[in-house]
Amino acid sequence: MRFFAILRIALNALRRNKMRTVLTMLGIIIGVSAVIAMVSIGTGARAQLEAQIESMGQNIVSVFPNFRRGGVSSGASGGEGFTVGDCDAIASEVPGVVAISPEVRAGGQAIYGNKNWSASVYGVNSDYLQIKSWNVVSGSNFSEQEVRTAAKVVLLGKTVVTELFDGNDPVGEIIRIRNVPFVVMGTLEPKGASLMGSDQDDAIIMPYTSAMKRLAGNRAAIRSMIIQSESPAVMSLVEQEVTTLLRQRHKIQDGADDDFMVRTQDQINEFATGTSKTMTALLGAVAGVSLVVGGIGIMNIMLVSVTERTREIGIRMAVGAKARDVLVQFLTEAVVLSLLGGGLGIALGMGTSAIIASQMNWPTLTPGNAIAGAFAFSAAIGIFFGFYPARKAAQLDPIEALRYE
Amino acid sequence: MRPIIDLQSINRVYRTGAVDIHAVRDVSLTIHPGEFVAVMGASGSGKSTMMNTLGCLDQPTSGLFLLDGIDVSKLSPEQRAEIRNQKIGFVFQGFNLLARTTARENIELPMLYAHPPLSRREQEERVQHVLELTGLTQRADHVPSQLSGGQQQRVAIARALVMKPALLLADEPTGNLDTRTSIEIMGAFQDLNEKGITIAMVTHELDIAQYCKRNIIMRDGRIISDRPVENRSWAATEMKKLESEQLAADLAS
Repeated sequence: MRFFAILRIALNALRRNKMRTVLTMLGIIIGVSAVIAMVSIGTGARAQLEAQIESMGQNIVSVFPNFRRGGVSSGASGGEGFTVGDCDAIASEVPGVVAISPEVRAGGQAIYGNKNWSASVYGVNSDYLQIKSWNVVSGSNFSEQEVRTAAKVVLLGKTVVTELFDGNDPVGEIIRIRNVPFVVMGTLEPKGASLMGSDQDDAIIMPYTSAMKRLAGNRAAIRSMIIQSESPAVMSLVEQEVTTLLRQRHKIQDGADDDFMVRTQDQINEFATGTSKTMTALLGAVAGVSLVVGGIGIMNIMLVSVTERTREIGIRMAVGAKARDVLVQFLTEAVVLSLLGGGLGIALGMGTSAIIASQMNWPTLTPGNAIAGAFAFSAAIGIFFGFYPARKAAQLDPIEALRYE
Repeated sequence: MRPIIDLQSINRVYRTGAVDIHAVRDVSLTIHPGEFVAVMGASGSGKSTMMNTLGCLDQPTSGLFLLDGIDVSKLSPEQRAEIRNQKIGFVFQGFNLLARTTARENIELPMLYAHPPLSRREQEERVQHVLELTGLTQRADHVPSQLSGGQQQRVAIARALVMKPALLLADEPTGNLDTRTSIEIMGAFQDLNEKGITIAMVTHELDIAQYCKRNIIMRDGRIISDRPVENRSWAATEMKKLESEQLAADLAS
């Protein structure tokens, strides 16, 4: 029998019982739309996460002081941060390091004209922007020369530009931080929120020497260091080498805790994506259960349908339908039912996630393979739960079926 | 001339629990092309089993059955389905049309299962042809509930003819119809038979059997009488008789 003829028979049969068809499909519709909505929300969240991780830079190894270390700090820079010497030592002695920048944090009101804004001030070296893959949109990055001379220059993040300059180009203007005038050398492209949720664009970036000398006085130490390694493969090697080197330099005894922490980007990724994977698995299980329930609904209705249409089956067999033809007919009906439900479910799920995206301001994204997967799964449910009723129909004896009232 | 039906010592035994039911006993029968046979008998006489056997819905327990020269007594269910499709046209007592399906689609039904499949054009031509044969051209797109009993039975006859079967098999074709419609349907059968179509029908009504050319009477699974029909009824004549009777009845009242 031809494919389109089979399909037409199935559609006609379903059309004859519209209400029943819709109710039967409801199980699948709800299951599939739940899956699609959940996957869309999950994928959207993960895409945002990935963008945030990407905004950290590539192949990054970060070094922080370990505040949780018990006891009094030992050594000159223990627990308080790092020295320029630490930074230089890592750059010259650890293999696989492409670039390293110290990070000095300082705070302070930035003032321009009659406006002021309290932004985070980061003191870094000239490699910092490259490590963070952060581009200058107008003006230029400061040079090594300007780092050496502790020049009074700054780069501004998007938020600061908006707050102090109403978004006008500030290059060449002078802002004051703690009464020290700084020349704006350039502005930075927007980076959005960080993994921790803080605004990365609310930043004033200047040479670390300037931050230490001009703003913080001699108290300021290097709070953290950011290292770019050659490739993802060497990140853990860099982590080990940096640990060994810093333990040596900080004169930490064997068996004593580190006064610093080294984190590779991978570890941060794992932590961030681990939770979302667990969530996805959980939601997948819930959605799977609802799809199975939907499938049982289909089986139930198909069994009723086979009984109701016993005579029709008898007529078809009398005029030459083989058992296989009858099987295919009822199986097609079940698959059409579940695929239709799946299609409507996908539409509903995408609609729901669009509403969630606009109403709750969550990023959502429906991946193509989720749609393909939902279709395939619906078809599989149709075949699986439609097979038993279809086989029951196919095994009817034509004489009995014709006599059935 | 090769017979359409050639039954040789057919037996059909139903094994239900302890007792065997011998529905058909040692029946031999030949039907030649162009014949118009009525099989009669009371219920339990074995005529339904005969019908199911002739229609390849059922298989004889023993004996040989040649249908249009093919031995169908030992075929698999799949092969029998194909034989039913190619060689036999069924007309049932209760019409057995698909509800909420147009006459045209009902007629197309056997062609869905044709192997090899018929071309779309061939299908349309055949539907047109059988619609003309049964006088239903104007009713092709009506569903059964919009048709009279006689029209519904003619749709069933059209459906039975669409595969150009060797044998038209009718099971109590007038069982649910009033006298006038019965005559109309028997007229349709007689017309088809005149055009060379071989017909076998089961009926328990003697006056219906009078329209056929040959009557077979069964009792207890055996053929007890097999003779040509004398004083055959003709639908046109019977219809006139019926109309004058009705006229007389109308005048009398």
